[in-house]
Amino acid sequence: MSDFNFTRRTFLAGSSAAAVTLGAPLAFGAEQVKVGFVYVGPVGDHGWTHGHDLGRKAVEAKFGDKVKTTFVENVAEGPDSERVIRQLASSGHNLIFTTSFGFMNPTIKVAKQFPKVKFEHATGYKTAPNVSVYNARFHQGRAVIGTIAGHMSKSGVAGYIASFPIPEVVMGINAFTLAAQKVNPDFKTKVVWVNSWYDPGKESDATKTLIDQGADMITQHTDSPAPLQVAENRGVWGFGQASDMKAYAPRAQLTAILDDWSEYYINRVQAVMDGSWKSQNIWYGMKEGMVKIAPYGSEITDAAKAAAEKVRKGITDGSMHAFAGPIKNQEGKEMLPAGQSLTDDKMATMDWYVQGVQS
Amino acid sequence: MNDALVLGLITVVSAATPLLLAALGELVVERSGVLNLGVEGMMLAGAVTGFAVTVTTGSATLGIICAMAAGMAMAFTFGVLTLSLMANQVATGLALTIFGIGLSSLVGAGFVGIAIEPLPKLNIPGITTIPVIGPLLFGHDILIYASIALTGGVAWFLKRSRPGMILRAVGESDESAHSIGYDVIRVRYMAVLFGGLMAGLAGAFLSLSYTPLWIENMTAGRGWIALALVVFATWRPWRVLFGAYLFGGVTILQLASQAADWFDVPSQVMSMLPYVATILVLTIISAGPWRTRLNAPACLGKPFRPAS
Amino acid sequence: MSFKVEKRQELDLRLFYLTPVLAVVLTVLSGFLLFLLMGYDPFLGIYYFFISPLLSSYGLAELGLKASPLILIAVGLAIGFRANVWNIGAEGQLTMGAIAGGGLALALIDVQAFWVLPLICVAGIIGGMAYAAIPAFLKARWDVNEILTSLMLTYVATLFLSTLVFGPWKDPMGFNFPQSEMFAESATLPIVLEGTRLHLGVIVALLVAVTGWVLMTRTIIGFQIRVVGQAPAAAAFAGFSRKRMIWLSLLTSGGLAGLAGLFEVAGPIGQLIPSISPGYGFTAIIVAFLGRLHPIGIIGAGLIMALSYIGGENAQVEAGMPQAVTGVFQGLLLFFLLASDFLARYRIRFEAHTAKRKEALAP
Repeated sequence: MSDFNFTRRTFLAGSSAAAVTLGAPLAFGAEQVKVGFVYVGPVGDHGWTHGHDLGRKAVEAKFGDKVKTTFVENVAEGPDSERVIRQLASSGHNLIFTTSFGFMNPTIKVAKQFPKVKFEHATGYKTAPNVSVYNARFHQGRAVIGTIAGHMSKSGVAGYIASFPIPEVVMGINAFTLAAQKVNPDFKTKVVWVNSWYDPGKESDATKTLIDQGADMITQHTDSPAPLQVAENRGVWGFGQASDMKAYAPRAQLTAILDDWSEYYINRVQAVMDGSWKSQNIWYGMKEGMVKIAPYGSEITDAAKAAAEKVRKGITDGSMHAFAGPIKNQEGKEMLPAGQSLTDDKMATMDWYVQGVQS
Repeated sequence: MNDALVLGLITVVSAATPLLLAALGELVVERSGVLNLGVEGMMLAGAVTGFAVTVTTGSATLGIICAMAAGMAMAFTFGVLTLSLMANQVATGLALTIFGIGLSSLVGAGFVGIAIEPLPKLNIPGITTIPVIGPLLFGHDILIYASIALTGGVAWFLKRSRPGMILRAVGESDESAHSIGYDVIRVRYMAVLFGGLMAGLAGAFLSLSYTPLWIENMTAGRGWIALALVVFATWRPWRVLFGAYLFGGVTILQLASQAADWFDVPSQVMSMLPYVATILVLTIISAGPWRTRLNAPACLGKPFRPAS
Repeated sequence: MSFKVEKRQELDLRLFYLTPVLAVVLTVLSGFLLFLLMGYDPFLGIYYFFISPLLSSYGLAELGLKASPLILIAVGLAIGFRANVWNIGAEGQLTMGAIAGGGLALALIDVQAFWVLPLICVAGIIGGMAYAAIPAFLKARWDVNEILTSLMLTYVATLFLSTLVFGPWKDPMGFNFPQSEMFAESATLPIVLEGTRLHLGVIVALLVAVTGWVLMTRTIIGFQIRVVGQAPAAAAFAGFSRKRMIWLSLLTSGGLAGLAGLFEVAGPIGQLIPSISPGYGFTAIIVAFLGRLHPIGIIGAGLIMALSYIGGENAQVEAGMPQAVTGVFQGLLLFFLLASDFLARYRIRFEAHTAKRKEALAP
């Protein structure tokens, strides 16, 4: 049966000021904090859900007996998710992470009925006194790997395997292309939409097709390591997605963008323990360590590595921006003049492509 | 013929192979009068077993053999329920898929994130490098050749061999096959087991060759497409091959047209193409002047218990 | 010792109703072993699976909510299955019903009137029917196999919904996420049990099941459907039109699936999103057969199926079982339920003694 999990991630940076409510500290501190996680996929997807589950395990490792974590996997985005979230809330969980965009409205609904329970929704835009929203600036990582692609591509064409045209994916494609064009102004990105987060066979077919059409850099916004395996086999380069996929492509993986939720999850659990939890809307990036760059592969050239490090450091310290003007869209219209960078709101609702993207 | 086209054709063949393998097995099952909708579940069992055994023992051959055995074990469960206990075939097949998804993720939990070498390719020095024909005909892995050989084998078996004729007789009229002394249930068990074996092999192709890795639910609906292809092929082996290559071909074509930016339509519309194309071609086959007998086994899906 | 299986002359009704109980007992036993083997407390596992979802009115309401689309679709499918028409694509018809009714709800988003809800329900039915009309037409006109067409059209429907919510129907205020606007109050199903999510659709599902039962057992049409399915030659002889049956069963099942889809979007979801159903159209096929193609049996089967899903979630939340274990357990439950039919329909006679006696008597 077909699995369409379209909407699971994305986000909007804070337009509404989050209401602030301080939670009461848990009695005597000795009581166990129960933390629930709602996952849209299986923990064995080696992608999005797997990443969040690593965060859950980090919470367990850090707090030991002081926490108890629970997770429910493969929860469909629809009526089922509301029941699962409610079940977690009513069975004594103090903090609940709902890790897909499609869980937004159910999370808000359940949160109203359980004002004492704290909720954390990934990639959405609706907050409430007991609902926080969190997301990662994955596009910052895209700027780093785009820089490498610009340096190392001989054909000047990258193949991009994409899932669904939600703002986060669009941002990723644009950030990657812009960064590559800073090195090679003629750089092109060919995008193939596979309309799935999760179909290794189709991802691998799309990769082969892109390589056949001249792409020698492969990057993806889908979950499986299949595209990298093809890159390894066909002698082109690629980048790991969401986790280090070096095991699947020891030669071809030049680096990987890593999602690291551990620190955030640990901090939020700590906040509930301290009674300092409050609703917020955060969009963390490389500076806060939510997005990381994996160790570079052995095949990367020195020039590419140096340039990538410069971008990584620049974005981390705030001196560089993934979307710095001038930026033109596909039709050549100027979307942002030189000397400016896109605001968070503009980025978060992005539905256009930069020049050089073939989609 | 340019290189891109040759490479494209190779991609088509490997995309079609898991569909072909699973569909060939289901074809034999259905020809014997049994409908097993659990192909997806059996493929997953094969995929996880093949991968786990290959990782643990280091032998892909052993992995493939165990994958086929796992598919057969699943099929045996189906057989016991539907052939011996006369449970409804459609519902049991669907339940088998639910069971297979759960079981495979249970078994595979420890194997996520492990990489293996893909199956070796058939490399004949001097031949694989001949332009066009070389890469097109040689240099694939062994399961792709096996799938084509198996198509011929199944076609020969059903049409020419005596057991094949008995199997068809059982599927066309279980009562009369029984009355002339054939053991209907036994024949159907064999067919169902063969279906499981082939689905297991198809799963092994996925996890060992096509995308050499294990992640949960990696079949992504291919078992369902295989079922549809048997119907598409009007229960004939070479047409299954045609159907699988057609479906694979249109899938790759839509991906290629996206990459080349040929049409300005939403990608979802492009993704519809393989499904729409299959319906159209089947309609033309069914309606056209070359229309052939529809060929569905007369006893398909009907339980049989010898009246004694 | 040898034994022989023979068909009972008449269905043993006592056993017919008793066997599901036996199946449940066997399932509980095997679940006990499975949980023990996987290192979970078996008593708690069984409790969370089967008992705890039934202990609150909220839990019961959720059961009804989850079962009603399954019942609604399965009643329609059962009619077709009896006539030997194999609609495998109820999932696609469900999607199209949601698109048609939901699209109308979006168009009427500023209208606050009592007639909006009935109107979008009709649109949902028509959407599902129209989509089922494609395989019906191809089957009736050129004998194109409906298993293939209805299954393939399911994928097309899902992609079509995706095109709409990613494109023209995207909520302009939704920050470019793939979702429509929320429907107006007038296009939302009323709740029948305060404090729960149980909506009007549940009552409709029950009514449809009863109507289906009357239709199948008390009307000429129902009789014709059964004859066409069981004895096509006799049906043709009697002048029952096979084509009419194809249209009738596909349109009925398509319409009901469409209504189920509309109930999902106008009920608990409240808007159009890319994935409206977690495979209800496919699960309903199991429900139809588990209910022995009988509308009243389908109600029971729908509830059991719903319980197995909700119980699985519960076991994950409360006992920390991974979904893989609950999936395996659900599969086992279905296997036992399906196999239990056997005992009602067949008799096992042990023949060890009679065989020996015969030998002894032989000269």
